[in-house]
Formats: sequence, C-alpha cells, structure tokens
Amino acid sequence: MEWEVVIGLEIHAQLATNTKIFSGASTAFGAEPNTQACAVDLALPGTLPVFNENALRMAVMFGLAVNSEIGKRSVFDRKNYFYPDLPKGYQTTQLAEPIVGPGYVDIETDDGDTRRVRIHHAHLEEDAGKSLHEDFHGMSGIDLNRAGTPLVEIVSEPDMRSSKEAAAYARKIHAIITTLGICDGNMAEGSMRCDCNVSIRPKGQATLGTRTELKNINSFRFIERAINTEVARQIDLIEDGGRVIQETRLYDPDKNETRSMRSKEEANDYRYFPCPDLLPVIIDDAYIDAIRAELPELPDARRARFIEQYGLSDYDAGVLSSDRAQADYFETVAELTKNAKLSANWITGELARLLNQADMTVKQSPVSADQLAGLINRIQDNTITGKIAKNVFELLWNEGGSADEIIAAKGLKQVNDTGAIEAAIDQVIAQCTTQVEQYIAAEPDKRGKMLGFFMGQVMKLTQGKANPGQVQGVLKQKLDQRC
Amino acid sequence: MSLDRSDVERIAHLARLAMNENEAPEYTESLNSILTLIDQLQATSTDGVEPLAHPMDAVQRLRADEVSELNQRDALQACAPAVENGLFLVPKVIE
Repeated sequence: MEWEVVIGLEIHAQLATNTKIFSGASTAFGAEPNTQACAVDLALPGTLPVFNENALRMAVMFGLAVNSEIGKRSVFDRKNYFYPDLPKGYQTTQLAEPIVGPGYVDIETDDGDTRRVRIHHAHLEEDAGKSLHEDFHGMSGIDLNRAGTPLVEIVSEPDMRSSKEAAAYARKIHAIITTLGICDGNMAEGSMRCDCNVSIRPKGQATLGTRTELKNINSFRFIERAINTEVARQIDLIEDGGRVIQETRLYDPDKNETRSMRSKEEANDYRYFPCPDLLPVIIDDAYIDAIRAELPELPDARRARFIEQYGLSDYDAGVLSSDRAQADYFETVAELTKNAKLSANWITGELARLLNQADMTVKQSPVSADQLAGLINRIQDNTITGKIAKNVFELLWNEGGSADEIIAAKGLKQVNDTGAIEAAIDQVIAQCTTQVEQYIAAEPDKRGKMLGFFMGQVMKLTQGKANPGQVQGVLKQKLDQRC
Repeated sequence: MSLDRSDVERIAHLARLAMNENEAPEYTESLNSILTLIDQLQATSTDGVEPLAHPMDAVQRLRADEVSELNQRDALQACAPAVENGLFLVPKVIE
C-alpha cells in the first residue's frame, strides 16, 4: 500500500518583550529561580492581569508578515488544567477569537517548486513555569520565572506532505520571526518550540487518518527525524492490523524513537471559557497600518533582492536571507568588497564552518563583517592567495586584528615576482627528474592533468605564497620547452 | 441534558475536588437543576446576537512594556510550605 503523510505544525514562539504578557515582571533569560515571578505570575489571590501592549504589537507584526487577517477584536480564554508550574490552574490563551486569523507562507521544496502552507490562525498565550524533577528529597522544584512569558502559538493547516516540507516550513517561520525581531528563535533554549501533528492515509483517500502529536523537538534536524520515525511506526502498526490512537508522543533523540506520553481520550478536557479578568482587545486600522509601515524587509523579499541585486544563486540567496543577522552581515561584506559572490562563498563556507564547529551564530562571530571584508579585499588585489586567505581567516578568528596586520606580521604576501617564481619552478624541475620524464613521455592531452603535481610542489616550496596563475603559466611553458 | 453520577465524579476529578460517597447524589441533583436553567437559556433564540465575551461594555486597557515588578522572592516565598535554592517544592510530579 502506498501511504501519504499528512503533517501540521504548532509552533510556540516566545515573544522578545521586556516583561510578561500580563505582569510587569522581567522576562530576561537566566535569572535566579523565582526572582522574576511577581504576585500576578504566582496567581496570588486578588491579583489581576494587565495586557502588555508590546506583546500585542509583536503578534500583529507576525500576522501581517504571514498575510493574515488581523483580529480587530480578540478575546482571551482560560484553558483549565492542573500542573504545579501553572499556578492559576489555567492558562490564559485565545480560542475562538485569536489575534491572527488565517494566512499563509510559501516554502521552497527540494525540487525547486514552491508549496503554500496555510496558517489556520495564531494566538497569544502565556508560557508556564518550569518543573525540575531532580532530587529534592522526593519533591519537585518549581521555578516560575518563565510563567507568564508571552507566546504566540502559530497553528498551521495539515498542508505538509513530508518531513522535509515540515522542516522547511519551520525554517521559514523561524526566518520570519527572527527577521521581525519578535523572537530570538533559539530552539535549543526553548524560545521556539515545535509540536508536529502526524498522520498517514492511503494515497488518494480524502479523509485524514488518526493523528499523533509529537513533542520535545528542539532542532530542525529533529523535526525531520522525529516525523520519519513516527511515520514508520504508524505504517508498521497499521500494516500489522493495528490502529493509531490519538495521543501525545514524546520524541527521544538519543534513541530516535517516539513514545506515548499521555492519552488525550481521558485527561484533556480543558473546559475553555472567556477569561472574566480580561476585556476584549480592540484595535483599529490606524494601529495596524502603523505597524505595517514599520515592518522590516521580510526573508522572501530579501531573498528575491539578493538574486536580483547581487546575482546570487537561489541557494546562496536562500541560505543568507534565512537569518536577519546573517543577511545583514552579508550585505555589509558585499558592500565593502564590491564582490557579492566571493562574499557569499566566504560566509556560507569558511565562516559557517567555524561557526558550526563552535556552535555559534553569526551574531556571536569573532570575525566581524569589516574584518572579513578586509581579508576578501586582499584576495581580490592579489596580495594573498585563496589558500593563504584561509589561514589568515583562522588567525582573525583566533587572535583578532586585521587581515593587513596578519599578512604583514607573518610575511604571507603573495609572491608575484617572476624571478622568484621562476627560481622555484627551476628547482622543482631539477629535483623531480622522474616526473619530468613521465611528463615528456606522455600524450600531449594527458599533460594538463600531470601539471597538478608540479603546481603542488611549487606551492609547497613557496609556502603557498606564489601567485597560482603565474606559476601555472610559467610551469607549462618551461615543461613544454623540454618536450 | 442531564448528568448521571459518573459524569459528576469525572467533573470532580478534572477539577481536583474531593467528593465523598454521600455527596455524589446531592451534587448530581444540584447540578442537574442548574442544567435545567441552562436548557431554558439554550432554548432562547440568539440569532443575530453577538457572542458576549465579557459582561462589561468596555475594552482592554494596555500596559507599556516596562519592568515594574522587582524581585520580592523572599517575601513571596514566606508563605510557601517548602522552598529550596529559591525553588518552590511540591509533591513529586510524574509525567
């Protein structure tokens, strides 16, 4: 039987406000436990929520960025459940009248097509605190600093048909929220969290299969892996005559498996009702238009501009525009070097390699855009070879300074002096008699390939500093003279 | 609509309310008489009436995004039954 995979995503993004959604307590990361949990966050009797205008503004920004209708009237509801990191006994959220209505984003699939993923809605809600289950004499420890942090929950339609599309959609949402500056997008720290609803159905069937919800996915790579694992489980289950039950499953990245967390049949009766402590939120066109006027250039537009303005490939433009800091970095380097392609190569190549190794983002890069541009300019004016440039880059990374300082201090300047290059070539030809004889004996059309060996020897002798173009020309001339 | 005893027991469980054997019939009866009232409301035509989110005819006021609540952990934890390393301690939660 051929199966079709159906995926919908619920993405929670912590909004980058200074304070909680309903209280004036700070949301700064990494504070001592419970030092940013005020009486409202602790649900002490007699406290009342007051809505944070900045959380509203950020949700509207998101809605406009994903082509949504903005709810001019939105209403907060209570979602009731019991857990110690939720002191009120309910989460304040939005159910029937969310701030962001239906919208969409377009994702690029591997075969170069575009697929539209519809967004069902996005709503504002509060985050819960954290439960720590380590050893507290058989007790659990509760930290409520995170309680009340504003979240926007982005609910997609079940429009994705593969784990790759799901990851591409999550990346697109990530690019949008980080470009808007409404979320730092850090999945490992939980600023952006992704739950995947996954079901399968026989290809051609119109009705949806029973879905499971996958939680605990904290990277884009795990989105793909968790979905693939769950799809395989569902197919095995059904083909063995079983049936999928609707439940929440936890993804375990170490074992690469999903396991049942809780069954939704019994536990989840949230008894939603409108929150009597909060009045309907009413906004007008002027409010929305003012936000629209201040939206930054969005990833799709920037990507198109990178292709148009800088002549970048689809791929490079997509990679560079997916993160606002990275896109800004690229534009600074490209501006200073007037060579967009070379700038893109360095940023997606060497810089990305060292950032990945160090588990850092462009924002944390020890090599600034100015420093990288300084290096690229020395390649462009033939001061150094591309090979030496990689060494200089590592020195910039590790020790700082400028490319010019490093080149001067280490004597890395490219050798363009014909006399010096000829001397090095003569030395290599004199030393490698066997290879020279082989070269002379070879068919003329095979000689080009054999030149590589001599090139390597000359570069080695000159410690990579000889101008490769010059070496190649002179070398060929000298060897061919002997034939 | 009417509730039987097992519905009431389930609602009590969801709301984490303790209810003993003798109370169950009493609550079932009271809740059913409330539901009779609800049935009367349900029977009323609400065509063309906007759903009411709040009985007050007012809109939500907004707050500027400025920190106004400073750390008062010691005072706020003074009434907690158990704390350690700044954490509230609660009976072990097993997911």
